[in-house]
Amino acid sequence: MCRLVEHVTRRFRSCDPRLYQIASLSTLLAYGLLWLHFDVSILQIALTFGTALLTQYAGTRLYKLPAFDPLSALVSAAGLCIFLRTNSMAVAALAAGIAIASKFTIRWQKKHIFNPTNLALLVVVTGSLGWISPGQWGQAAWFGFLIACLGSLVVTRAVRADVTLSFLGCYIGLLTARALWLGDPLTIPLHQLESGTLLIFSFFMITDPKTTPDSRVGRLIFTLLVALAALGVQFVLFRPHGPLWALLICSPLVPLIDRCFPGSRYDWARPSKGELTPPLSAPVFVPLSIPSQQRRVS
Amino acid sequence: MSHQDYEACEDGWAGSRQDPHMLNMRLYVPAVLFLVTLLLWNGTASAFCGFYVAKADSKLFNKASEVAIARAEDKTVITMANDFKGDVKEFALVVPVPTVLEKAQIHVGDAAVLKHLADYSAPRLVEYFDANPCRLLYPESRSMDMMGKASPSLQREKALGVSVEAQYTVGEYDILILSANESAGLETWLTENGYRIPKGASSVLHSYIKQNLKFFVAKVNLGEQAKLGLTHLRPLQIAFESPRFMLPIRLGTVNADGPQELFVYFLTRQGRIETTNYRTVRLPEAQEIPLYVKDRFGDFYRDLFAQQVKREQHRGVFLEYAWDMTWCDPCAADPLSGEELRSLGVFWLEPQGRPGRGPQAQNVFLTRLHVRYDEAHFPEDLLFQETSDRANFQARYILRHPWTGQDECTAAAAYREQLYGRYEQQAQTLATLTGWNIGEIRKAMNLAARPNRDEKKWYQRLWNN
Repeated sequence: MCRLVEHVTRRFRSCDPRLYQIASLSTLLAYGLLWLHFDVSILQIALTFGTALLTQYAGTRLYKLPAFDPLSALVSAAGLCIFLRTNSMAVAALAAGIAIASKFTIRWQKKHIFNPTNLALLVVVTGSLGWISPGQWGQAAWFGFLIACLGSLVVTRAVRADVTLSFLGCYIGLLTARALWLGDPLTIPLHQLESGTLLIFSFFMITDPKTTPDSRVGRLIFTLLVALAALGVQFVLFRPHGPLWALLICSPLVPLIDRCFPGSRYDWARPSKGELTPPLSAPVFVPLSIPSQQRRVS
Repeated sequence: MSHQDYEACEDGWAGSRQDPHMLNMRLYVPAVLFLVTLLLWNGTASAFCGFYVAKADSKLFNKASEVAIARAEDKTVITMANDFKGDVKEFALVVPVPTVLEKAQIHVGDAAVLKHLADYSAPRLVEYFDANPCRLLYPESRSMDMMGKASPSLQREKALGVSVEAQYTVGEYDILILSANESAGLETWLTENGYRIPKGASSVLHSYIKQNLKFFVAKVNLGEQAKLGLTHLRPLQIAFESPRFMLPIRLGTVNADGPQELFVYFLTRQGRIETTNYRTVRLPEAQEIPLYVKDRFGDFYRDLFAQQVKREQHRGVFLEYAWDMTWCDPCAADPLSGEELRSLGVFWLEPQGRPGRGPQAQNVFLTRLHVRYDEAHFPEDLLFQETSDRANFQARYILRHPWTGQDECTAAAAYREQLYGRYEQQAQTLATLTGWNIGEIRKAMNLAARPNRDEKKWYQRLWNN
């Protein structure tokens, strides 16, 4: 039995982590649609996915990338379907277009700066074209959520588990400290944490290895900043969507953090924790011709 | 049915009513051809037709508070309804507010306007009448068409760490704006000054003090009340500017005897309001229910609401109405006039008579939320956000009267054949919505006495023998 589990886990681990993300997000979306009656039409879902894939394809051709990689576009599209609410199908398509196009256009040192879904969501919300319903999940299925999200850590080889854990650690710690300072019962921070939106953000959005610092120290600093900014938005500025705004504000700091704390660049095909490769003592063969198209945008 | 209903009804069938706000929004969308074609798919406001029969009065619920909030650009006007029944000497109100209010920011409103708003947005019952199936090719649309016709010492304050920031008499109320350093002092001060504070409120007050909230405290000035000759207490209104978009409910849950009922009416410029820290749920709507509910609509709605609260595990906030204030269909009450809306704090409406403004309210979107809350399920104050959603919604329930004519034709036979199925469906809908016993519903509908049309075998129905 144990062997079977190990075998299955190994098989999963050999897959691209984004496959598991797509499966998880799709399950959450299906749950939201069927159980919680989210205001998302099939047409909106189809348009979001369609536009995301088309934009990814167009970007691949335009920027002459070696291959069309649809997986990241699918993750972004699933995220948009879960978060974004709008009465206009054009806005749904526009959001998907912005998300994917931002990966190709807003870049610094061969890394895109903003999490595509996060950026598109906030552009649409700021323009009053759509809205996000952070309370849409209710509290009923929270434990189910937590299990599904924790499952993702196991299967995705926990490559970016440090981001989730340190963000949640900082966020929970700060919320609890605030409650203690205010003299509030702990049911209040607990209620604030029982949010499906927060879990999806922590497990599927902030973890994007392409938009987080390369080194572990960098990631810890980054998540602390995001947690602080999120609480600032909520309790100082009194605005909704604290974590989303916090991620948007902190993302431009990633190149700076990477400069101070360098690490190896993430590759979806070879998930790594970001340690720099140690200098090799043995001689290595260097290919004479280095492929000119080594750039990946995903 | 009012003239307004009729117009709206016609509009609905002739095409969509274009929402001016939606049109503005569309201008923001980049002119990419692919996207532009998609624009044609949205913005259709569906019209509901039918005779308005009854509404579910907010007075159906015990311990119900009603609050109207008009808000745009962080400018907020809160109107607090006052249905205090006891001796007015006993009346006291303590509300945490984000800023120290000047006298001009406090006002006494008109209870009738709030009542009008409540009536306008109440859940409603409508009636449809089936047409003669023998005569009509399009019975549904034709039937719709037919329906269309149709204060204290300074030293003591200092000792307690409480400061009276301001003190006013507005209308029949004596009002104080307090700030405090610590909750125990505030609690003592309030108790010494005749305000009844429930046990355990100290920790909540402490939290509000730390959050830098002030306290709006009101009592009835008996002399002023006698001078005004009023027999009831009028709603209190406060106006302030703050990014905080919330409603403090925690003081009300301390030591409360069971859950409390709250109706919040939002008047906003952009669109629907929802809670960000609790799930906002639409109530089931547009369901056909048995005809006998007509006389029991109050019971029906109360039980339906209780059932929905249970379904959401007592943690839901319910949307009862979301509508552009210029119209309604069907109307439970006429839409509020511009003057009424301004009296509720809709400051962005120009006073009537100014050039360029029509008689109807413009750019005012009404959201009515209904919440049943207690400390266990609603530990935190209600936080809100304004969305750009201008889709109309109303809790509307339908009575469909069968056609009872004697004409005989194939269509009439088929019509009579499907009636029993329809009644059964209505019975089951009612049972699901309210939790009422299905057997009793069938009995009340005399369903058992009807011939069971399902006795025919499938092949008998196939060959009609």
